Amino acid sequence: MNIHEYQAKALLKEYGAPVADGIAIFSAEEAAAAAEKLGGPLWVVKSQIHAGGRGKGKFKEEAAGEKGGVRLAFSKEDVSTFAKQMLGATLVTKQTGAAGKQVNRLYIEDGADIDRELYLSLLVDRSCGRVSFVVSTEGGMDIETVAEETPEKIVTVAIDPNAGVTADNAIALCDALGLEGSARDDGMHLFPILYKAFVEKDMSLLEVNPLIVMENQRLRVLDAKVSFDGNALFRHPDVMELRDLTEEDEKEIEASKFDLAYVALDGNIGCMVNGAGLAMATMDIIKLYGAEPANFLDVGGGASVEKVTAAFKIITSDPNVKGILVNIFGGIMRCDVIAQGVLTAVQEVGLKVPLVVRLEGTRVEEGKKLIAESDLNVIPADDLNDAAQKIVAAVKGA
Amino acid sequence: MSILVNKDTKIIVQGLTGKTGTFHTEQALCYFGTKMVAGVHPKKGGETWSSGVECAAELPIFKTVKDAKDATGATASVIYVPPAGAAAAIIEAIDAGVEFITCITEGIPVVDMVKVKRRLEDSSSRLLGPNCPGILTPEECKIGIMPGSIFKKGSVGIVSRSGTLTYEAVFQTTNEGLGQTTAVGIGGDPVKGTEFIDVLDLFLDDPETKSIIMIGEIGGSAEEEASEWLKEQASKGRKKPMVGFIAGRTAPPGRTMGHAGAVISGGKGGAEDKIAAMESAGIRVSPSPASLGTTLVDLLKGK
Repeated sequence: MNIHEYQAKALLKEYGAPVADGIAIFSAEEAAAAAEKLGGPLWVVKSQIHAGGRGKGKFKEEAAGEKGGVRLAFSKEDVSTFAKQMLGATLVTKQTGAAGKQVNRLYIEDGADIDRELYLSLLVDRSCGRVSFVVSTEGGMDIETVAEETPEKIVTVAIDPNAGVTADNAIALCDALGLEGSARDDGMHLFPILYKAFVEKDMSLLEVNPLIVMENQRLRVLDAKVSFDGNALFRHPDVMELRDLTEEDEKEIEASKFDLAYVALDGNIGCMVNGAGLAMATMDIIKLYGAEPANFLDVGGGASVEKVTAAFKIITSDPNVKGILVNIFGGIMRCDVIAQGVLTAVQEVGLKVPLVVRLEGTRVEEGKKLIAESDLNVIPADDLNDAAQKIVAAVKGA
Repeated sequence: MSILVNKDTKIIVQGLTGKTGTFHTEQALCYFGTKMVAGVHPKKGGETWSSGVECAAELPIFKTVKDAKDATGATASVIYVPPAGAAAAIIEAIDAGVEFITCITEGIPVVDMVKVKRRLEDSSSRLLGPNCPGILTPEECKIGIMPGSIFKKGSVGIVSRSGTLTYEAVFQTTNEGLGQTTAVGIGGDPVKGTEFIDVLDLFLDDPETKSIIMIGEIGGSAEEEASEWLKEQASKGRKKPMVGFIAGRTAPPGRTMGHAGAVISGGKGGAEDKIAAMESAGIRVSPSPASLGTTLVDLLKGK
């Protein structure tokens, strides 16, 4: 689960990280008061969307002006003008896709005089199974580009969970970032704080890009991106409250209510599969036969009739879907139960596009029989190749 | 022969008394008499678990893993405890000195697994999973949730990050008449116990395993690391015919595809890199998940 920059900063501030003063606003009317309260003389007006590249992004609407999604304001009037232009407008960045994202929140922040821009992130490093700091002196730019062009400028420090951030770890990070004097003192203080926040709040990513050394040689978290481990949200009701549903796909929100793993995609063949690996492989095989999947959907191991019905409704609510492929390898799950679920769902939701069903595994004969004996227009398939070919042919023929 | 588990492996069930634990323990007991010997429940120690099916006997329940291990001589445990308590269950098993721990539970917070992984470093226990289907040696021992009916004793070693794709590989090798020595599901989480290399090492050592199917997916770099390792081994003459598959060629970057570990992040972990790495290690990569069995048969025939 992702949160906005202003929420991430508020959270880091609670842990004692150096963050500029700022105020989040939801309407242009709030801009003047926010600017007044912060005082100036320099303000930054930042679009709050769950996508990176905001500064270099462009608004679709002409009325929003030529400038990007993050703007420097040198007067209170500028703050208000920018707020009017940006709120409600659609920001397109390299991470939003061509459709862009509507900006519904702005963060007005005190400006800072920047001496150097650095990169810092924390993540779970799977190769060693530990939380690691990733730092670079090349801040303010895309870390993927740094990794590609100058990988030697990226330093990784893995943290032993038994010891936490040791003095040696913090010194290594200060050295890697070239921190001296008061900036080094700030660093020694900041790194353990960030690690504590990461572990206590069950983050999956904490990215500070840039972390800046100001002209007064103090450190500041200038931007912050935080993602949380979805598996740990059950123990963080405070984090759950930060969820912004307007940033998420409606079908994905609906799927999450039924504990279905669903990801919307751009193609036209809807998929319902059990198991994440098989669900991905089903998408792949559709592509292999020349079509595109409309979604990833894993109904899980213990799919009930209710879950299958919900999955069906979500798939068919996508207007792009021109055909559906159900691919179930019933290990523990019985094929006759799945078949019944599919039939019930079809009766309830209706079927306007071709449906191919491939069943394999426990009680497959009973499952196939149920499908064959129904008067619904379901195309049975013998194996995964057969199923993929049949649904692609059906969609292309239509 | 087989790897890790066989007909003599005695197993404790942590989380036996729940619905999932009960169902899968019955299935295991009914699968060639897998030696499930005890359950563990902190509040139900001293009670007896009895199942509704004929082939499954009653099992004693102990208060702790240590008590169960001491009383039964078990060397393995399987965990069906819900996510919030699963890491603690793994640590209890490690502390009790259980040699081989399988954790089926999906949805354990990754920070908890970081702590577990650290604990494993200081122990001699091996963990399989979490978020995995378990392990099965045909006609001998079934730990976890794999469907026994599709297996056949044979010569193929199967290792996979995905549950249902493991079943595809098992089913297809059974249909081709090859059968399996052991199938191991290592699980879909980013931080886990047993990795590809651990299992491949055992398969290369096992004289009964004549060929190997390895199924990976997007996210992380375990497939690349395993491929590099296989190249090193091959240079020392340790080598077996291998078929591979990578799920997620069509997955968009930055999105988690069901498994917590299945995500392409920071431009890393994409399918094409993994496929290239596997091919460079001499693995024949099947283009379709439906052709795992036939690809292996072709490879073994020298086609």
